[in-house]
Amino acid sequence: MDLTWSESEEAFRTEARAWLEENVPEDLGSGDTREGFARHLEWERLLFRAGWSAVSWPPELGGRGASLWEWLIFEEEYYRSGAPQRVTQNGIFLLAPTVFQFGTLAQQTSILPRMAAAEDLWCQGWSEPGAGSDLAALTSRAERVEVHSAGSASGGGWLLNGHKTWTTRGAFCTHLFGVFRSEAGSERHSGLTYLLVPLSLPGVTVRGFGRLDGDEGFSEVFFDDAFLPDESPFGSWVLGDRGDGWSVAMATTGSERGLTLRSPGRFMATATRLVEAWRRSGCADPALRDRIVRAVSRAEAYRLFTLQSVTAIADGAAVGAESSINKIWWSELDVELHACALDVLGPEAELEGPWSKGWQFSLAGPIYAGTNEIQRDIAAERLLHLPRSRR
Amino acid sequence: MRFHFTAEQVALHDAVSALLSGTCTPAAVRAAWTAPASSFDRASWQALSEMGVFEVLVPAEAGGLGLDWCSLVLVLEATGRVCFPGPIVETAAVAAPVLGEAPRLLGAPPPLGEAALVLGKAAPLLGGAALPGAPMISASLGGMPAPCGDDADLLLVDHRETLLLLPRTAVSGQRLESVDRSRRLLRVEAIDPSMATVVAEGPAALEAALDRAALGTAAQLLGLSQTMLDMTVAYVADRHQFGVPIGSFQAVKHRLADALMELRFARPVVYRAAWSMAVADAAATEHVAMAKAMASDAAEVIGRAALQCHGAMGYADTHDLHLYLKRSWALARAFGSAAWHREQVAVRLGI
Repeated sequence: MDLTWSESEEAFRTEARAWLEENVPEDLGSGDTREGFARHLEWERLLFRAGWSAVSWPPELGGRGASLWEWLIFEEEYYRSGAPQRVTQNGIFLLAPTVFQFGTLAQQTSILPRMAAAEDLWCQGWSEPGAGSDLAALTSRAERVEVHSAGSASGGGWLLNGHKTWTTRGAFCTHLFGVFRSEAGSERHSGLTYLLVPLSLPGVTVRGFGRLDGDEGFSEVFFDDAFLPDESPFGSWVLGDRGDGWSVAMATTGSERGLTLRSPGRFMATATRLVEAWRRSGCADPALRDRIVRAVSRAEAYRLFTLQSVTAIADGAAVGAESSINKIWWSELDVELHACALDVLGPEAELEGPWSKGWQFSLAGPIYAGTNEIQRDIAAERLLHLPRSRR
Repeated sequence: MRFHFTAEQVALHDAVSALLSGTCTPAAVRAAWTAPASSFDRASWQALSEMGVFEVLVPAEAGGLGLDWCSLVLVLEATGRVCFPGPIVETAAVAAPVLGEAPRLLGAPPPLGEAALVLGKAAPLLGGAALPGAPMISASLGGMPAPCGDDADLLLVDHRETLLLLPRTAVSGQRLESVDRSRRLLRVEAIDPSMATVVAEGPAALEAALDRAALGTAAQLLGLSQTMLDMTVAYVADRHQFGVPIGSFQAVKHRLADALMELRFARPVVYRAAWSMAVADAAATEHVAMAKAMASDAAEVIGRAALQCHGAMGYADTHDLHLYLKRSWALARAFGSAAWHREQVAVRLGI
């Protein structure tokens, strides 16, 4: 066991910290409004130009070839510096790991550099009005068409119809990665295809709507006979094999619930701010103080659990269903940290501000990426091997 | 950065685990509830001693294994899994590391040389009382009663900022009945100083002993929690109501998923504290406090889930669950409750 960082890792941390201290912008405001998103894009592009937008990717794809350890260090420093949540996260942390795993070389070299540069902006098109926790109930269709009158000369493509919803920042993005039913007569987990879709496609309509905090962070995406011609700048619009979309999608959920979307650095930074808020407040309530220590300890536990997981991954282990308890932990931790902060603020907690904003966002955690109820089912069935059953 | 145990550390754990799974059965734990003190399970104690379990933290030059907390934490977790009856934390984690320092503190080389102070060979220095091969050592620290103190051969007692080692016969006190009858606590009321060996001096020595006690107890709580969870998972998969296993009901599944999560996240906190103790990290005390708080809380959550999911079956003392449950209640508060340890963390966080 060695819980120290190497000299080169410390040097990496120093370099990241110095750059961030120099460059992190003053409060950009929410990235979930049209104006805010534009400000955040400038920040994303600055990160990219300095090589910090996707540190763990190979340099030729827009990263700096950092190890998983260095990625964790960067995330710690990123959130420690007060830098904002990443508006590119659904591309960089959810789609990209799936592209690395399932994408062709042509897809990797065409999708990833533009994603790192915040040129192509990706949103997730999975949930539907009738398919939330039960994702396999989705009904959006991708019909294979060999010759289409509205298509290019070569003719073939996919005809898309359906309705996706709760798509984060869909109204501001350029592309969607989605799961569609492609095989006629197929049911549930089979016959689905994972498609990459430009939102500029005729027949695609995106309509933003307000989240709990009122920002236009949600959107609905409608597909009305939208024809996606085979010719693609990515080589193919299909990620993985046709009809195998469920397996590809499950790899994305591993990233979403597991390591990449919510690194410990983010919660450590929130814990530090909570402790600072307590000190500034002059509050002396021993019960609240005890809750704060408990929440801070649980943030530390998440960091340590992650260090254990990354050691295992570095040794070749797969993450698997462990990502489900991981997701329950960090999402409940985030709620707990923010709930403590609101109690520190007292009557001022109702005011619009970073804590009330963060509180509202934390409440989404137990819902998105598969509700915590679904995660508990998964943990019980796959980690404890309890009998499967209807929900 | 490598957060995992070495093959040697895992091998020691596996060896201890294999030994205990054969000897320390639920029936053996139950027997320790009713056995008179003199017939305490000496055979398994001796077997553990022969494996070197009590000498893990004793330096090699003093005749010990010369290993560190990264080894001991796994060994103690294994003893927790089987609910081992006996003052093993007090012997292996609290007393053993300071016994090795005794010769220096005594000011003169003892007649048998430094190696003679290794556990089991200390008897000549303690008034010549005949001791079994591997003495059981309990500890009464900070006025807390000594766990299994009534059965112990030797007692480590803090007295006026010194840690004293005394034969049981030099200590008078009151035997207290624990809900875990195998613990047979001893509240120390008086000691015979003429029989005492000073093994460590100064307030830091007591603080350090309490850290070791808390960490060892946290490790045992992980093991107990794992066993209570395993028993419950097996039970709910087997027990049928309404024509199906009760483990197929979401309410049961979710409670056990939460129990699993508490255990999985407490574990690295305990292991990190072990590493911090091994390398004498400046924040080791804070890390131990966090570890004991989380392990205690996890054991409470898991114990409650275990009892609830066992229903009336688990409420009967004919079922083995209560053996583990009562130990976990005792250990969750021994050497500082979760709230007490969070207070220590708060002070160190400066809040």
